[in-house]
Amino acid sequence: MSAQHTDYYAAPGEETEGTVYTAMGGGDWGDIASEQAERGDETLVINMGPQHPSTHGVLRLMVECDGETVQSIRPGIGFLHTGIEKNMEYRSWTQGTTFVTRMDYVAPIFNEVAYCLAVERLLGIEDQVPERASDIRVLMMELNRIASHLVAIGTGGMEIGALTVMTIGFREREMILDFFEAVTGLRMNHAYVRPGGVANDLPETGIAQLRDVIAWLDKHIPEYAAFCNENPIFKGRMCGIGVQDLSACFALGVTGPVLRSTGYAWDLRKQQPYCGYENYDFDVITWDTSDAYGRFRVRLDEMWESLKIVKQATDRLEASTGQPVMIDDPKIAWPATLAVGPDGQGNSHEHIKHIMGESMEALIHHFKLVTEGFRVPAGQAYVPIESPKGEIACHVVSDGGTKPFRCHLRDPGFNHLQSVPIQCEGGMLADVVVAIGSLDPVMGGVDR
Amino acid sequence: MSDPKLPGEEKSIDKPVMDPEASPKAGVEREDAQPDPELTPAIIEAPKPIAVKKGMWGSGTGDTSGYGRIVKPVEWPAPSAPPYGSWFDGVHDRLAALVADPFIKVVLDRGELTFHIPRAKLVEVMQALRDDAQLRFEFCASVSGVHYPQAAGEELHVVYHLQSMTHNRRLRVETSCPEADAHVPSIVAVYPAADWHEREAWDMFGIIFDGHPHLTRILMPDDWVGHPQRKDYPLGGIPIEYKGTTVPPVDQRRSY
Repeated sequence: MSAQHTDYYAAPGEETEGTVYTAMGGGDWGDIASEQAERGDETLVINMGPQHPSTHGVLRLMVECDGETVQSIRPGIGFLHTGIEKNMEYRSWTQGTTFVTRMDYVAPIFNEVAYCLAVERLLGIEDQVPERASDIRVLMMELNRIASHLVAIGTGGMEIGALTVMTIGFREREMILDFFEAVTGLRMNHAYVRPGGVANDLPETGIAQLRDVIAWLDKHIPEYAAFCNENPIFKGRMCGIGVQDLSACFALGVTGPVLRSTGYAWDLRKQQPYCGYENYDFDVITWDTSDAYGRFRVRLDEMWESLKIVKQATDRLEASTGQPVMIDDPKIAWPATLAVGPDGQGNSHEHIKHIMGESMEALIHHFKLVTEGFRVPAGQAYVPIESPKGEIACHVVSDGGTKPFRCHLRDPGFNHLQSVPIQCEGGMLADVVVAIGSLDPVMGGVDR
Repeated sequence: MSDPKLPGEEKSIDKPVMDPEASPKAGVEREDAQPDPELTPAIIEAPKPIAVKKGMWGSGTGDTSGYGRIVKPVEWPAPSAPPYGSWFDGVHDRLAALVADPFIKVVLDRGELTFHIPRAKLVEVMQALRDDAQLRFEFCASVSGVHYPQAAGEELHVVYHLQSMTHNRRLRVETSCPEADAHVPSIVAVYPAADWHEREAWDMFGIIFDGHPHLTRILMPDDWVGHPQRKDYPLGGIPIEYKGTTVPPVDQRRSY
């Protein structure tokens, strides 16, 4: 790059103002650098992303830099917009779970639970969801919370050069995903939580595998504290970075670990319990530094709290073996006793026997449910739950039909990215990566 | 659980809380989901059907089932009159005292309170909801647009979901504008969190938020034409041929 005053690309007769930068000519780097140094008043506009390894997917950042200092920064989103909300308006209420699970793909269970709780409120069946279904939801959510925090800590560590934190993070996450695969059939995109309950009970070996996962996590979660908590490089990169105080969090709609890192113990699991969280014993973790390091510590300790809940849920599930996992209402309940056959398909032989050979009524219900779907009384509902990132909520509107009239997911990352300027402006360019990592946005959820 | 909290009771939130036990225990009971079961709010006007569905198979299909004459009006939850029970009355009365004649209607449905507000009063109402000690809805969680093509004169709705962390309450505020004059005042000055949400509502529904600092598209490309989540905007898709038969795109299939 060289600076000169002749613009080779100007139209004939066009006057050129100021310096023209071209890639022609080359030159000695020392000359270029000294030339730039003389013009110290100039700022440089840098486009970071959308294809950048440290932007958690396809986040675009437009950064105006003075040297290495960020003067202004504006996030640009929408690169992963797939029209999920619009698509849902053309599918049945049950099919909706297949769509919402693809939003925040690092914490898919939370999308499903938020959506299903909202649909259940519209249906007025919140009290009729079986306890075992709620317990399974809690179990899956808390395991998913650990997995999501592992990704947040792992990729956040990788971005500042702590590669081991990422490799061990993904190792632990793999154990959880294996369990998810055993329960739901897939590592992600589960569509496991359904209006009225869950798609299937735990497999026969589920509790045993769960105990293995718990033992594994018990053994390995302390490694993160040992690696990071007092690591001088880690602290040097994280402490005092991305500071956002409580009032800024309120103003910008920021929740989750970012809010709790300011010392405010706001957790919807405690404040507005759902799915029976009031029956579990756990603490809300806070930190008092409002910075990236505080958020890391909040996430780290929250994994322990989640593990506590997972253990309690395991005991509860062991005690309730054999109880139903789907609402007892033939007009809403999809078959939830699936089995994996030799062809890998998940038919339920019991259910097929029942509808084909025993009950005409059941066959009609099955046919109506699968082709048409159930109707949901007209109205709207907004149900927020505590996802690993913060408040995820589902606003559903029904016109009394078999499809959502409107479904909006309030993703925490969408709000959190609004706070990028307040966290990064005035800081160093390299700290932008740390601040965004500490916000833990997942673009699938942000863009939907 | 904890002692009952009255509206207006102050909780300090400006001191960082180190100990989770010492944090504000604002109504651990889920107040928003538990209205007084004894109290059924009186319905002040009959629900207005916003659409009518006919037959079993939607419109445009040959219906040989004999159910073609079924007529089903679609009715929204009816507006309710006070008393609403729980904390709802306190908030309703306080807002009515602070802002002159703020409500078009109040709907209490499924334990959730919705204030329908004329758009001219929106900013005033939001300011009062945020700042008054008895209301203190300091957190705007979400803003979503909804398009009701059948509701003549109020086709486009904007729905705000507010959270009072001080009192642990949730409130929904809804305003509307006609499609021909799709202007709603921006509340970014009151709730900065609404910034991107309003941009999304503009992008997806074409609602113009007057006074927004930077109302540009956020999810769709800058040069996109149209507002995709309006009901008259097609989903798109092509018919798929499979074993001699054709499966139409999803937005042209039979609807019930």
